[in-house]
Amino acid sequence: MSISRRDFLKLAGISSLGIGFSATDLLWKNRAEAIEYMSSPKGLTAKRWAMVVDLRKFKTEEDYNRVIDICHRIHNVPDFGNLKDEVKWIWTDTFEHVFPFQKNEYLPEGVQEKKAVLFCNHCDNPPCVRVCPTKATFKRKDGIVAQDYHRCIGCRFCMAACPFGSRSFNWRDPRPFIKRLNPKFPTRTKGVVEKCNFCVERLAEGLKPACVEVSNGALTFGDLSDPNSEVRKILSTNYSIRKAELGTRPSVFYIIGGDEDA
Amino acid sequence: MLEKALTGSRRYWGWIFFLLAVIGVGFIFYLRQFAYGLGITGMSRDVSWGLYIGQFTFLVGVAASAVMLVIPYYLHDFKKFGKILILGEFLAVAAVVMCMLFIMADMGQPMRVMNLVLHPTPNSVMFWDAIVLNGYLLLNIIIGWTTLGADRKELPPPAWVKPLIYLSIPWAISIHTVTAFLYAGLPGRPFWLSAIMAARFLASAFAAGPALLIILALIVRKLTKFDPGKEPIQALGKIVTYAMIASTFFLILEVFTAFYSQIPGHMASFEYLYAGLDGFGKLVPLMWLSTILAVVAIILLVNPNTRKNESILAFACITVFISLWIDKGFGLIVGGFVPNPFERVTEYWPTMPETIITIGVWAIGLLVLTVLYKVAISVREAQIDSGSNTH
Repeated sequence: MSISRRDFLKLAGISSLGIGFSATDLLWKNRAEAIEYMSSPKGLTAKRWAMVVDLRKFKTEEDYNRVIDICHRIHNVPDFGNLKDEVKWIWTDTFEHVFPFQKNEYLPEGVQEKKAVLFCNHCDNPPCVRVCPTKATFKRKDGIVAQDYHRCIGCRFCMAACPFGSRSFNWRDPRPFIKRLNPKFPTRTKGVVEKCNFCVERLAEGLKPACVEVSNGALTFGDLSDPNSEVRKILSTNYSIRKAELGTRPSVFYIIGGDEDA
Repeated sequence: MLEKALTGSRRYWGWIFFLLAVIGVGFIFYLRQFAYGLGITGMSRDVSWGLYIGQFTFLVGVAASAVMLVIPYYLHDFKKFGKILILGEFLAVAAVVMCMLFIMADMGQPMRVMNLVLHPTPNSVMFWDAIVLNGYLLLNIIIGWTTLGADRKELPPPAWVKPLIYLSIPWAISIHTVTAFLYAGLPGRPFWLSAIMAARFLASAFAAGPALLIILALIVRKLTKFDPGKEPIQALGKIVTYAMIASTFFLILEVFTAFYSQIPGHMASFEYLYAGLDGFGKLVPLMWLSTILAVVAIILLVNPNTRKNESILAFACITVFISLWIDKGFGLIVGGFVPNPFERVTEYWPTMPETIITIGVWAIGLLVLTVLYKVAISVREAQIDSGSNTH
């Protein structure tokens, strides 16, 4: 195809103008947003991902360990063997510590001491995102609160802001303390914050979070904005609680129990 | 003017080299921290800020307190502050330099500090803190240097600096307000979640800062020919008195709200700090030392007979400074993290490397202060020598 000199100049002029504009645009308007996983056609999508934890279905120590181990293994969470350096994405504590505002010594026997699994609540109004000075932690369109390990400056403002104690800091190089490396997930460096990511890397491949998969139905994952989703069905037929009094609108719900397991 | 810092007595150079040695040791330990990570400190998952952030918070107050000289001199025409104003402004410069260094020391990834600029985030209080601190540093350097330079030539300061001086007044208030907002806006930390936090910060700042300034003025009088004068020191003493009372009053307000309401979350941190919680009480002796020092200071400051005695005033200022350093530079930060959101107690105590790095940063601050004071005092001494003491 031939092109006249005049047209060429016109085109070149417009193009360079365009490049100029998009460059300014990049520099001033759309400063690169922190990385997100690109979702493939087979990826699972939602408006607001949420989790329901059914404590009735956690019966043995093994039920807890299974969900914790799988998460920490696939996400290369280091095990330092001491509390001072500790990094954890999912862990347990007893009911009275998980819900200090629900303290009630007249609860059915065993409830106060009952263990609950804890992880990031992926709040709809997340204080960690509000305080982060670099947007290294951000809320995705599907409601997941994600963390960019390469942008984080390690100021730990998010750790002070999180009312759920969900965030861990790499006080030292975590890599020597990863028992078995999963090459499919990034390891972290010292000096950055990390936490549960609702398995965004699995969602992108059409898989539910790993903890859900091994929980034997004790953990349910789904779209909170969809009235027909599994989580909504469970929430509409069971009484659930969450630490909601601080206005962060957490996306993790706990079903404590009823007659059948008392 | 800077050349005046390059000539001095043996004692001056001895002090400079002593500070450089301390800085050197601190820097070696910082390199260790840089290589190993912040795990070298006493901080943990539960107490994720410690001595560094405590020093930062305390020193923002010291920096802001320069305004306690600027307001009387420029807004109320209190001429007696004229000669020591520069000591306040240069103290602010040294304090802000230390603040920035403590932030750097506390960062997990200090090499990424420019991410603050690359990804500016106005919804983060830290974004505003970076702006106000840098602005305040710049303001004080410009104002201090220009007014001193004009003074040296026996000229009034240039007209363009006046608006900057007026701007520095609200700016000083802003640096400590924004610093208080770092804490006071966090939902899960009831110890910090208090509307009076910024006011309490300012009150303690206006006590600790001028107290330090009185101590410095007395040292300057002893070591140099420049006498800051009895009256300015007494006027500062009154400021320290009022501010210390206000600061203690605000603390009592916090204690009342927590304990009369009987809300467990609001009482827990106070219990940990002053009585111990679940058998943990590492900070209890320190917090009571702070309380006793505050009481002693207020008794000595309120009584005009003791306040007017310069030796007793100096002692009272030292007690004010130590009391508030413990309260704000240590207890306030650690207390906010204990107990954790699950009502469990993890204790914190700074490690040796962390302490040495902290001392190293203080030494840098003292070095900056020494050099700036040397310049300012040399100008004053030259005025005394030429007999043109017109103020």
